[in-house]
Amino acid sequence: MTTTEQTDGIVGRGNRDGAALFRDWFAELNEVAENGGRAAYVFVMGSLNEVLKTFDLPVVFPEINSLQTAVRRVAHEYLDVAEDAGYSPDICGYVKADFATQIQDGRHPMGRIPKPALTVYTNACNTYIKWAEIWERLHKIPLFTLDVPGTRQGGLITLGGDVDFENDKRYVKAQLLELIELCKKVTGKPFDIDRLREVMGFANTMSRGWKRVLELNAKTPSVFNALTDGTIYLGVANGMRGTPEGAKYFDDLVEEMEYKAANGIGTLTDEKYRLVFVGVPCYPIFRRFNELFTEWGGTFVNSTYLWFASGGTNRGFEYDLADPLDSLAEGLLISVRDAMDSMFHQDRVLNEVIDDFGIDGVVYHPIKSCRTTSTGMADSRRYLMSQRDIPTLFIESDMMDRRVVSEAQLKNRSDAFFEGLAARKAQAGASAPS
Amino acid sequence: MAYAAGVDVGSTQTKAVIIDEHRNIVGRSLGDTGANVVVAAETAFAQALADGAIEESEVEYVIGTGYGRYRVTFGNDQVTEISCHARGAVQIFPNTRTVVDMGGQDTKAIRVNDKGEIEDFCMNDKCAAGTGRFLGAAAAALDLGLDNLGPTALKATKPVRISTTCTVFAESEVLSWLGKGKKVEDILWGVHQSIASRSAALMRRVGIEDEITFTGGVTRNVAMVKALGERVDKKLNVSEESHYMGAMGAALFALDRIFASRSPAQAAEAAR
Repeated sequence: MTTTEQTDGIVGRGNRDGAALFRDWFAELNEVAENGGRAAYVFVMGSLNEVLKTFDLPVVFPEINSLQTAVRRVAHEYLDVAEDAGYSPDICGYVKADFATQIQDGRHPMGRIPKPALTVYTNACNTYIKWAEIWERLHKIPLFTLDVPGTRQGGLITLGGDVDFENDKRYVKAQLLELIELCKKVTGKPFDIDRLREVMGFANTMSRGWKRVLELNAKTPSVFNALTDGTIYLGVANGMRGTPEGAKYFDDLVEEMEYKAANGIGTLTDEKYRLVFVGVPCYPIFRRFNELFTEWGGTFVNSTYLWFASGGTNRGFEYDLADPLDSLAEGLLISVRDAMDSMFHQDRVLNEVIDDFGIDGVVYHPIKSCRTTSTGMADSRRYLMSQRDIPTLFIESDMMDRRVVSEAQLKNRSDAFFEGLAARKAQAGASAPS
Repeated sequence: MAYAAGVDVGSTQTKAVIIDEHRNIVGRSLGDTGANVVVAAETAFAQALADGAIEESEVEYVIGTGYGRYRVTFGNDQVTEISCHARGAVQIFPNTRTVVDMGGQDTKAIRVNDKGEIEDFCMNDKCAAGTGRFLGAAAAALDLGLDNLGPTALKATKPVRISTTCTVFAESEVLSWLGKGKKVEDILWGVHQSIASRSAALMRRVGIEDEITFTGGVTRNVAMVKALGERVDKKLNVSEESHYMGAMGAALFALDRIFASRSPAQAAEAAR
């Protein structure tokens, strides 16, 4: 078995460079905070980085800040602060960790987080709206909601030329023009459409690369682990969107994955079972959670998280730079709508992934503190199982709160899942024609 | 003659079963798990050996199961109790398609196919509502022994409705019904119906298919068998081995390993 520890400079580069970019990003945010500067607060499902970068606004992703506290095993300290302030144990852990960061002057394990100058979010997550209202009250800042019309009917995907789609696109474009006015007011800078074109060009490179990277994992062995490695790539896809650093990163990442695919270089896992992950990762025991699967030779080759948490940029939509505002509206409409579908109607795409990626099992991971992604997951799983003869696992924990992460229970269920997969493979092998 | 053993270290009790090459149970034991899981496993195994008058050296393969399976230090391998209960149930009742295992701290519903493979399963999460512990709390509140719960509950004439699903709150609700002058048997039957309702919901999540085999320690409770059967409107398979089903399944997996290590012909025999 070949491992990603090879030292030819290409293999493992995405993880190394991704970590370095993250450190640099947080160092810059720390500097902004220390100098009393402010940032645009945005979310992963439709960050609108394209517009914000045009005005050179530093961007803060509070969701990423919060998950970092869990990965660094200090989330409980932040959750305690928020719950002491009156927030319920049952609500979104990301919100609470961020609230604790806000009232502790931006203190964060990665450095200080600057205060917001404005907040921009889409309707992809219902919590975004209430979350932003907290900042509005704390910091007296303007909020901007980009209302993206969702899929009107499950499985009905409208595109350019469709009358509803064209209406929706005009609706999104009108809102973008309002956002540009708001950015001009907040930054005191004029709007430069050529600068927007430049940012969108970098975003195009990243979307194209992201789509290709995800496609390449259909190879056997898979070229990256969609749960662990994929989350690093996802972080860059969001945080660096529309930047030259982000564009270079994805060019390099595509090169690395093409190289691994061409040379049959897989992940560290002896790939016995190819799995797809549905939901948000278990950040409090991020590595250990993955080991529950790799110990059995299971590797995640795809994940709905990489779809919806990248704001649908996994689709690889590329903007037409000749008509940037119109095309930005079209791209946002398609991508954010797809992100919402990846949460609520993922069965349709899963059906394709099961075939295209040679999936042996689907792992559903509902989490206590995100009702948006978790509600309906049990029904979605049941529906998929009624359509496909595919083993599934349904395990519950949380993305932030270690109080509801029971490793013994997770292991019991994952072990049983693999025992079933092993029996199934043995049975298939026994009945295969010789 | 080689023997295979399964040791099921549950949250409340530890069970051991030894089977011969024809899958007959030749020795078994049952004891409280207690605080020392390693000792509980060793004790259960030693008692099963004694029960069957078998020397330890005659047992070729041991599989540990249950939450303490990794503490069966003398075992050769571990298999989850989910797989083991399914395997044991299908062995004892070959037409089993749904298994419901009610233990001390968890209840699991398992759907198996006609080959005995697990198709789906689900368990209670982070809450002991609908498990044996719920009955234990009610027994403590009513100052009754566990063995008396079932026969007492079956005497009910006007059962009360236990509204809480929380094991902790069940005790206070039971006391409140006592305070209102309700009879013990009527309260107890309500407790059984409440648990049956929770367990039936788990079973519906995996899909209820005939035949249903009921396993685990709570199968000894006649009222629970009746309540659950009524709730799903089906007859439940229950036998003397039901309490030992996890250990039985583990022993069957152990026997598979013995056969697999021998010859293809014997491996084929084991697969049947």
